[in-house]
Amino acid sequence: MTRAVIIGAGIVGSACAEALTRRGVEVVVVDRSAVGSGTTSRGEGNILVSDKGPGTELSLAELSRRAWLEVGELIGPSLIELEEKGGLVVAQSRAGLEALARFATGQRAAGVTALDVGDPQVLEPRLAAGLPGAVHYPEDMQVQPVLAAAALLAAALERGATFRTGTDVTAAVRDGDGSLSGIRTADGQVIEADVVVNASGTWGGEVSERLGAPVPVLPRRGFVLVTEPLPPLVRHKVYSADYVDNVGSSDAGLETSCVVEGTRGGTVLIGASRERVGFDTTLSVPVVETLARQAVALFPFLARVNLLRVYRGFRPYCPDHLPVIGPDPRVPGVIHACGHEGAGIGLAAGTGRLVGDYVTGARTHESAGEWAELLPDRFAGPSEQQV
Amino acid sequence: MSTFEFDGAGIEFRPGQTIGAALVAAGQVSWRTTRVGGVRRGLFCGIGICFDCLVTVEGEPNQRACLVVAEPGLTVTTQEGTGHEHD
Repeated sequence: MTRAVIIGAGIVGSACAEALTRRGVEVVVVDRSAVGSGTTSRGEGNILVSDKGPGTELSLAELSRRAWLEVGELIGPSLIELEEKGGLVVAQSRAGLEALARFATGQRAAGVTALDVGDPQVLEPRLAAGLPGAVHYPEDMQVQPVLAAAALLAAALERGATFRTGTDVTAAVRDGDGSLSGIRTADGQVIEADVVVNASGTWGGEVSERLGAPVPVLPRRGFVLVTEPLPPLVRHKVYSADYVDNVGSSDAGLETSCVVEGTRGGTVLIGASRERVGFDTTLSVPVVETLARQAVALFPFLARVNLLRVYRGFRPYCPDHLPVIGPDPRVPGVIHACGHEGAGIGLAAGTGRLVGDYVTGARTHESAGEWAELLPDRFAGPSEQQV
Repeated sequence: MSTFEFDGAGIEFRPGQTIGAALVAAGQVSWRTTRVGGVRRGLFCGIGICFDCLVTVEGEPNQRACLVVAEPGLTVTTQEGTGHEHD
């Protein structure tokens, strides 16, 4: 039987554990901390197709959306607060609406359901009056990420997987022929494995170096504002059309684009800022003020609502904004599954499927096909490519 | 002693005392109901972290009773659910 060690018990590692145990693989999940203690617990639980243009990431998002619905059936959608609530992307200017309409046209050609909305207040009565238009994406969904990670991991444990918390991985252990035979932990133990899955999220770059198969994954900080609990006043994931530009941007400075959504608990979450400041956790009051101002511009009623708190996290980004998923030829046995930036929750279920295919051999590095763009080779310099 | 009004009744307080402390001292241990189950709630952590002791002060819902300092003549009312049901 194949034995896999998954490094990271965030949403991606947990989804991989569920997918692998479903296929009969023996799984050990290790995390230096607890379930969902990294970026998984710092986001909003987006499962979006709306912010993705045609390409590999959209294909993965569509695969992942279907996989999430199956996960929902397996676990029970209400247990993980999986809601097919739909997204509403709102333009705030005529020019913005034209750009949004062009973007949506491309998405429709790729199979996304994107519905033009002349009067956004019909779908979201609390939106500001006079907004020029919007696009409704009924396929967008929401999930509670920590509940989902815990439920996926629990499903894997029920099938015989084991989970070790407080376990820091220091190196890959390799046979004489260079192939992987396990991993070494900080307390000196060796966990034997045929395959190691690097699902370490924002820390995936550091872990990949320890495994001898480095991939570039860097942190992109974001803040989320949390309001006091309210009756359901925001029905969809509502965001400004600027958001799509910011997600794909490579600007190092602060970017903000408003995302507003209600949660089952009644709080309203307001994002999303993007900054490249390393792992600096300092609260930035100007960022909070900017996000709040943008949210009030979309939903004027928020001006009278109290904020309870602000949290922050670090999105794991690769230089080309695509996740790195697949076997690493430099260390046979290492499979990466990290670098999903702000889309990790949404892409997790599909990532689990791909990793499952790679581990069982149903898909290989050579037969990656439409997923070849996600392979780790793309980062290799000229000298490494010749090896 | 000064008093503030809680659901129509006078509650005495000492200078600097919070609304939550004064209510508990007066024997009142709950002043809101939860959003889903309608269960009664009062002080839990008492230091501003847990948001369990929410109360409506001068018509403004979701004030933490453990942090708001009592003032003479304040109108404090039991909060039902989110306190925003009228919105």
